[in-house]
Amino acid sequence: MTRKNKTGVFTGTMIGLTMAISSVTYADNHPIRISYIEPLSGPFANVGDAGLKHFRFTAEQINKEGGILGRNVEIVAMDNKQSPSESVQLIQRSVDQGINFVTQGNGSNVAGAMVEAVDRNNRRNADNKVLYLNYAAVDPALTNERCSFYHFRFDANSAIKLEALANYMKDQEEINKLFLINQDYSHGQFISNHMKTLIDEKDMDVEVVGDVLHPIAQVRDFAPYVARIQQSGADTVVTGNWGNDLSLLVRAIDSAGLDVDIYTYYGGGLGTPAAIGARGEDKVYQVTEWHADVNVDEGLEEYEQWFVDFKERYPEIDWYYHRVYNQMYMLKDAIEQVGNAEDVDAIAYALEGMQFESPTGTVTMRAKDHQALQPLYISVMDADAKYDADNSGVGFRTVANIPVEQATDETSCNMKRP
Amino acid sequence: MATNTAVGKPSLLKLWPWVVIPIVAIILPHIFDSGHDINLMSHMSIAIIFALSYNMLLGNTGLLSFGHAVYFGLGAYVAMHVLRMVNEAGGEGLPLELIPLVGALAGMGFGIIFGAVSVRRAGVVFAMITLGVGALVHSSSLMFTDFFGGEAGLFGDRTYAPSMFGIDYGSSVSTYYLIVAWTLVAAILIYLLKKTPLGWMANAVRDNPERAQFVGYDPTFVRFFQFVLSALFAGLAGGLHVLSDEIVNDEVVGQIQSGAVLLGTYIGGIGYFVGPIVGASIVTILESSLSTYTDAWVLYFGLLFIGIVMFAPMGIVGVIHLQYLSWKAGGWKGNTGIRLYLLLAGLVGIFGLVCVIELSYHYFRSWDPSAPFGLMGFTVDATGAMPWLVSFAIAIAGFGAMLLHAKPMLARRTGAKTEGGKA
Amino acid sequence: MLETIAYSILNGVLYGTLLFMMSSGLTLIFGMMGVLNFAHASFYMLGAYFAYTLGQATGFWVALFIAPILVGSVGAIVERYGLRRVHQFGHVPELLFTFGLAYVIEELVALFWGTVPVPYKMPDALNFTAFNLFGLDYSMFKVFILLVAVAMFVGLWVLLKKTRAGLVIQGSLSRPDMVGALGHNVPRVFMLVFAFGCALAGLGGVVGGIQFVTDPGMAFMMGPIVFVVVVLGGLGSVPGALVASLIIGILQTFFLSVNFSLAETIGTLGIEDSGFFGVLWHMEATRIAPVLPFLLLVLTLIFRPRGLFGKREA
Repeated sequence: MTRKNKTGVFTGTMIGLTMAISSVTYADNHPIRISYIEPLSGPFANVGDAGLKHFRFTAEQINKEGGILGRNVEIVAMDNKQSPSESVQLIQRSVDQGINFVTQGNGSNVAGAMVEAVDRNNRRNADNKVLYLNYAAVDPALTNERCSFYHFRFDANSAIKLEALANYMKDQEEINKLFLINQDYSHGQFISNHMKTLIDEKDMDVEVVGDVLHPIAQVRDFAPYVARIQQSGADTVVTGNWGNDLSLLVRAIDSAGLDVDIYTYYGGGLGTPAAIGARGEDKVYQVTEWHADVNVDEGLEEYEQWFVDFKERYPEIDWYYHRVYNQMYMLKDAIEQVGNAEDVDAIAYALEGMQFESPTGTVTMRAKDHQALQPLYISVMDADAKYDADNSGVGFRTVANIPVEQATDETSCNMKRP
Repeated sequence: MATNTAVGKPSLLKLWPWVVIPIVAIILPHIFDSGHDINLMSHMSIAIIFALSYNMLLGNTGLLSFGHAVYFGLGAYVAMHVLRMVNEAGGEGLPLELIPLVGALAGMGFGIIFGAVSVRRAGVVFAMITLGVGALVHSSSLMFTDFFGGEAGLFGDRTYAPSMFGIDYGSSVSTYYLIVAWTLVAAILIYLLKKTPLGWMANAVRDNPERAQFVGYDPTFVRFFQFVLSALFAGLAGGLHVLSDEIVNDEVVGQIQSGAVLLGTYIGGIGYFVGPIVGASIVTILESSLSTYTDAWVLYFGLLFIGIVMFAPMGIVGVIHLQYLSWKAGGWKGNTGIRLYLLLAGLVGIFGLVCVIELSYHYFRSWDPSAPFGLMGFTVDATGAMPWLVSFAIAIAGFGAMLLHAKPMLARRTGAKTEGGKA
Repeated sequence: MLETIAYSILNGVLYGTLLFMMSSGLTLIFGMMGVLNFAHASFYMLGAYFAYTLGQATGFWVALFIAPILVGSVGAIVERYGLRRVHQFGHVPELLFTFGLAYVIEELVALFWGTVPVPYKMPDALNFTAFNLFGLDYSMFKVFILLVAVAMFVGLWVLLKKTRAGLVIQGSLSRPDMVGALGHNVPRVFMLVFAFGCALAGLGGVVGGIQFVTDPGMAFMMGPIVFVVVVLGGLGSVPGALVASLIIGILQTFFLSVNFSLAETIGTLGIEDSGFFGVLWHMEATRIAPVLPFLLLVLTLIFRPRGLFGKREA
């Protein structure tokens, strides 16, 4: 029995000690702080780290220009380990530290949990509200049935990207037979279903000859899938895959010598161009709001300088998230319009419907559902592009500009406003 | 470990940890009152039940499971469905306080199903079956979206549910107290179960299944019972998870969850009732706070675990207990200084190692390795040789003194008796 | 249909040979030491990274030989200074040791080589089309993987069946106590077998890293499936590992290649695509394929715990 006694004391002290370590709070209120909640360890750490560099860089630029209302912007990095429940805890930690803004983008499941948590906090904790700025999670539900007044999305959602893609494909005569291959989770399932809907709606002269869902991040060898693509006689593949699932797919298609065009969401995503390399040339397309050579094509000298400065600072990656630029400057405008950085409701109202002149064109934050509408680009991998992505030797070349009116969707959002 | 060393004091006095720990648990939220800390303490409580239930398998019955999250997670999902039903009925129906019971029942139900096929053999076969079942259930959680809600998961609201005592669970403190109450109930039950004939038979089956069979107890049967009961408590923990987080998604049934409970239980010490309690608390805190201080937290975590497995397989509680017994038996007499020296040398070595690791992370991971960075209160340049030399020197000196000087010295002083290592 | 079967077999065999390279080492280690090495896939990863780094200096062909030796040395060190110490505590701590080791190796790899995939590419000498089947190219590199695996199997077979060392290893597989009593240094045999098994995994990594992706997540991706192979083949049986690798490779590939669901084949029978059985009824074979190995694992362990070729239960 004695051992229990001693360890009982020990447990108590241990809990006390470790609690004390974990509850260091920060009193300095001066800078405007934004929690950056992303994986900074584990298998997705590279993605989280790259995003963090984008935010830090932008914050520095803003601070160099005098900050927001004369206050500096500070990015507080928080590691959510790509886990929704960890992210919810980090929102709580942000609230504890008096941070009013959180940003996140990797993983729609994380985003979904964050929207819930932010709403819940703002409902129960009225004097310490949080605004959630989403720079990359594309699940349409976040601006439809699950839309929230405190959530703003700066990336085009999945439905919008697909809409843009369909509008482009409609006019391409050499695209006749589509093969859809996607990851077996809501993102991939959505693409698989919505693409077919769009083909019907737009009465496109395109036939879906194959539709496959594969488990996310588990397939090591795509050769069997490639065999199916080949047997189906498809000329074009559409995929929402990202990370290894995309680079392995492209590699398998290439090494089988299959001649198909691959339309992707994330062909230029971090690490992917490096993993695909030259074999993606004139083969791998992407739908994005921007890519490096847009600066060259459209003579955006100032923004090109921004890109070059970023590269100089972080030679191993490239400026990729144009929407981080949009997001940070739109937030700046909204805070300056309100005159303080604490009244979250007012800042949210200021962001609603805001029109922002981005280097690539006007970005509108649709008031109805807090979805940013912006022109999109369809581009293809090209070794001759002025700027290659992630030092891979291949960059992207624009094949089509999709004007903002062709890159939009209907929303079913029924926003509850305070 | 199970020998009773009671020395004839009134038995009620020996129950003092059961009084002190709850008091500490009640006071804690008044000391650490930020929302995040209270959430963290709720998670600790839940992790404690989960680890205790895990130790019913590993420590008591000798069954190593790689898929215990299945019962935690499925319990959580079923409890969440009930909570949502209550939400949708406009906050009418099962009181919030009893929703964890739903999780417990669900955990037990799935424990019966999967336990029936897993427990015929112990050892590697059992471990592999649990691994397989874990992977199957995790994959299913993404396939059957009706029940599991896909990877987005399911949400509920604990405030739209009736309370038996009229408590408003909007604040996380009241939820924390509810969780602590359930944790106490579960801990007491698990403790009492250990003292039943079933608990003793589980130990016998762990140590020698053949002999247990000769005595007339079917090992399969004993394992099955332990398995089902353990799944029940895991489900209870899952139900509490629903109350604290108000969200469940595939990670609650995932391998990381299964791995974390294994780590926590083992680090604490599987041979002791309090082992899992200490281990789960430490792991929960480390997981949540270490990552805010250092990029290398996964590495530290791995090293800590390996260190425990190699040098202190009886866990942290085990080390302390052994030292305590040795102290009480007079084994410290005349060598307390050497023991402290050993400990100190070890700590110095660990300090040096931490410096080396932090330097490495800065050197390899930072965009500008030559940028000055703060290391243990000094500002150093990771590209220079000096900080490296000093860090390595400290590490080598510390471990060297510990292994080559202090340890042999202690061994000489205490005779040939081997010691259980140090924390 | 003929095409589908041909593809499945060809792709399945290719995938299976890679699985075999990893599982043969694991099954040897388990059979002998009773250690289920959770970190085995980590040695596979080390093989890929060592070969990538070495290859930059020496070229692929030298790295092909040196990298597995290096991995084997790391394995020897791990056994000598880690596992041997833990061995005295029993099998569970041994297993947990390798479990923790897997985390540490992954972190160290991420620390030294970064979290982004490294551009580990096939040598130019193998970068051409070997043959074309029904309109799909098969690169020489895939044929090369096949050759390496065959060479490895033959080598292993000769080593185990025809040499004195093999005799000792075989003896230790079934009766380590007797081998020890005959005057062999069993701990040393253990260390060498562990190192050898790791080197085999390393060799798998050298070619697998090119065929797939070389990043710190590759071990985690490959880990569980190798267990399945070893269990299905029978713990400790090298021929079993080969057969199981091929079975899993072909079966999984076949499921991915066919367009099949119960509802499509038999008819919906009025069953809707909801509820547990409804979803199962409508589930596409491609979606089940990745879960298949785990299903096999559980079924094997329930109904035939010694696997296809195993001589004794775990």
